[in-house]
Amino acid sequence: MPTIVVEVMPKAVLLDPQGKAVAGALHRLGRSRFTDVRLGKRFEIAFEGDADEATLAEVRELAETMLSNSVIEDVVSVHFVGSGSQTDGALVAGTPVEAS
Amino acid sequence: MRIGVVTFPGSLDDRDAQRAVRLAGATPVALWHGEHDLRGVDAIVLPGGFSYGDYLRAGAIASLSPIMAEVIAAANRGVPVLGICNGFQMLAEAHLLDGGLIRNDHGTFICRDQKLRVENTSTAWTNGYAPGTEITIPLKNGEGGFVADAETIARLEGEGQVAFRYLGVNPNGSINDIAGVTNARGNVVGLMPHPEHAIEEGFGPDTDAAMRSGTDGLTIFTSAIAALAAV
Repeated sequence: MPTIVVEVMPKAVLLDPQGKAVAGALHRLGRSRFTDVRLGKRFEIAFEGDADEATLAEVRELAETMLSNSVIEDVVSVHFVGSGSQTDGALVAGTPVEAS
Repeated sequence: MRIGVVTFPGSLDDRDAQRAVRLAGATPVALWHGEHDLRGVDAIVLPGGFSYGDYLRAGAIASLSPIMAEVIAAANRGVPVLGICNGFQMLAEAHLLDGGLIRNDHGTFICRDQKLRVENTSTAWTNGYAPGTEITIPLKNGEGGFVADAETIARLEGEGQVAFRYLGVNPNGSINDIAGVTNARGNVVGLMPHPEHAIEEGFGPDTDAAMRSGTDGLTIFTSAIAALAAV
């Protein structure tokens, strides 16, 4: 089954209380060289049909309208994963990130 | 006067909101999230709770539920709509109100009696307060931090769309101590603290006069009745 991964992160300018709490825990464990943590979401969306650009565009639209709230979050990546897809690899939307 | 209160899966304060409507002098009408029927109500309350478990984002899935299509259409017609806590999050997610709500800056759930200043007394839900009135009503949330970009904040402040502001303590890191906002038209209001828990002596916040005697929240509901009567 082909799968599209959507990654959403809290906006960089906003406080991320969850990430801050994890960073605090690392510090208390003595891992103080890890200075900052930001915590986001990863959606794995399985679908029927061809892994084509049209499907990716549809999910990209869903990522911007439903899976994220542009007031508080950025969509950082929308890409295919798994075997059998014709366009395996990263197709990035929004803020550029490293292709996986 | 009939004021609808929508129940979503995970709503907690729907019955409290219905009771507030009744004590204010209107008829509460129970509405269901899965229907497209507003049952002819004159105003709508989206109550507090954790709709759909607050998965995805607080209020996000609820903002896409069937009845919200009707609520959005009604709001755009000028029907008074109040969102309390989770309801405020729904109104923000539905883009009926500006801004968004994120986790409290200290990362923990907070429950306290909260002092507020009513900043805008011309909305459908605040017209019964005198300008600058300070009120105390309960607050209880984990995701009450109001955020928006600088341009939006400047517009909200400039146009008088900040409806309520935290006094004394900012309980969640909200920008400019904003506790509640209104739309430009003044018929849609959202706030994080809970006016429906401060409507009857014996069940509200403590006051200098007596324990649990605070009823500062009742005016929110009587304001809506007054606004409807004036139409």
